[in-house]
Amino acid sequence: MSTETNPGPGITGGGGAEEDMAANRRARRLLFGCAAITVVTTLAIFFVLLDNAASYFFGARFTEMLLGASAERSVTFTEFFTGARWAPDHATPAHGVLPIVFGTLAITVGAAFVSIPIGTATAIYLSEYASDGVRAKLKPTLEILAGIPTIVYGYFAIAFINPVVLSPIAETLFGINIGRYSMLSGMLVVGIMTIPMVSSISEDAMSAVPDDLRNGAYALGATKFDVSTKIVLPASISGVFASYILAVSRAIGETMAVTLAAGFNANITPNPFDEIMTMTAYMVSMARGTTAVGTVEYQSLFAVGLLLFVMTLAMNLCNDWFKRRFQEEYR
Amino acid sequence: MATDHESEPTTNDAQLITTDVQATGTGRNGEPTEPVVTARDLDVHYGAEQALNDVDIDIPEHRVTAIIGPSGCGKSTFLRCVNRMNDQIDSCRIDGELSFHGKNVYDEDVDPVALRRKIGMVFQKPNPFPKSIYDNVAYGLRVQGMAGDVDLDAAVERALRGAALWDEVNDQLDSSGLDLSGGQQQRLCIARAIAPDPEVILMDEPTSALDPVAASKIEDLIDDLADEYTVIIVTHNMQQAARISDKTAVFLTGGNLVEFDETPTIFENPADDRVEDYITGKFG
Repeated sequence: MSTETNPGPGITGGGGAEEDMAANRRARRLLFGCAAITVVTTLAIFFVLLDNAASYFFGARFTEMLLGASAERSVTFTEFFTGARWAPDHATPAHGVLPIVFGTLAITVGAAFVSIPIGTATAIYLSEYASDGVRAKLKPTLEILAGIPTIVYGYFAIAFINPVVLSPIAETLFGINIGRYSMLSGMLVVGIMTIPMVSSISEDAMSAVPDDLRNGAYALGATKFDVSTKIVLPASISGVFASYILAVSRAIGETMAVTLAAGFNANITPNPFDEIMTMTAYMVSMARGTTAVGTVEYQSLFAVGLLLFVMTLAMNLCNDWFKRRFQEEYR
Repeated sequence: MATDHESEPTTNDAQLITTDVQATGTGRNGEPTEPVVTARDLDVHYGAEQALNDVDIDIPEHRVTAIIGPSGCGKSTFLRCVNRMNDQIDSCRIDGELSFHGKNVYDEDVDPVALRRKIGMVFQKPNPFPKSIYDNVAYGLRVQGMAGDVDLDAAVERALRGAALWDEVNDQLDSSGLDLSGGQQQRLCIARAIAPDPEVILMDEPTSALDPVAASKIEDLIDDLADEYTVIIVTHNMQQAARISDKTAVFLTGGNLVEFDETPTIFENPADDRVEDYITGKFG
């Protein structure tokens, strides 16, 4: 009995087949490596934030603690999450994060009141009402709006929205003299910035609704407005809502425009003409280079950054959940 | 106005034949009926391409009129002219006259939305909305502002019974219309079309996406619908036209209406040779 003489079924390969399979494996590893870079980077960022934030609360980083450094309370969680004054760099420091969380949430909510209605209406117009010619011009224009650097929006706020638009209104109607910055200016500029995000993604979702549904509704005597609001919008709601979440996440994390528009004064105020400070504005002002490494205000950057990271992560999870929950299937 | 066209000069043989038979219509009980939908010199172009050429037709009330012909002959175009669904197509140009109860639907004072409330439509592919069965049927009543005036529950039940679907779905009115089978979806679309009680129902190859059993249920239903509604059905299936229609219009290439007559006449003794060739499968 000899196994060498068995010719086999002819699928084990000979000649170049083995090299082909090896090349295939190399390509696979290379592509996987590229995909892995983003995952590794995300994990690394999260780790650095977490590790440095620990020194803000415990006086030592987790990595230092592993090497034997003792943990001592620096800033308590109670003070951080409930204190109403934020001034880590002040002579008498205060570590209540609420004022800058308020700043971020106020800007986000205010911006959503601008971007969601205008963005949705624009998407409905583009998808249902606009002629092909108008759509061909309007859509690229909107996308240019999305491509303007955010610092330019910041200058737009500081040079136009605040002094030219808001200042006269505040002065004549309310007798308030507003300074260089205001919360309302930040809300407006971030809202305008995120309109293209809402309109573009919502329009894609609405255009994906099959024409069969529109024709069915038109044939029943529906008006264009009925079809837009009662057929197209509900049928595309998961995509439309995804655009809202993206716009809100963007508003939470927005930095340059909002720093220049809303200012650097951490306070909780109901007056939209007041200067406020967002979490990102605080981080910009602290990270400009005068803060010494190892000081409490340096460490506070990471604590605030971690909190911001968790907030945007929560929005993304919310988006995923909503997408799964409301995805409509067409046949 | 039914006599206007007879004084106009016509150059086409096919038209002479059609104008002869269309002047009088008789209902299922043999009594003469008024035409509901009439076309005179109807031309339709999509851009430079002609889809309908000089069509004259009188479609009688409360009967099933089938429109047959080869692909691209303009039969669906004609159907979509009746409720102005062609308005959705930018390149579409319509000349001549298409009247509903004697009123040209392309007159400037006609509101296509109001017109479509009188003329329901069922499409080739079942297209229920991604809503509950109940909301699908109630949709027309709601957008037409009738929801407050009628008992919506009763109207939905009546429409579903009229579409022979009530017994199958009465315990699941809140579930999605998309969960039904293809045949049930199409009957749901018929229920949706008849719920606002239109006068005319247009059907654009309503069974072509269905299996034979589901298709035969729809055919039975069409026969019942003609008691209350005027049904105009486009079909590519000649046996279907022969089975379910009272009158048949044959369109041939170039958007010409070649012959329009009682269905048995068309299938057994057509006047036009081209129709005979088409019916017997020599052409088309």
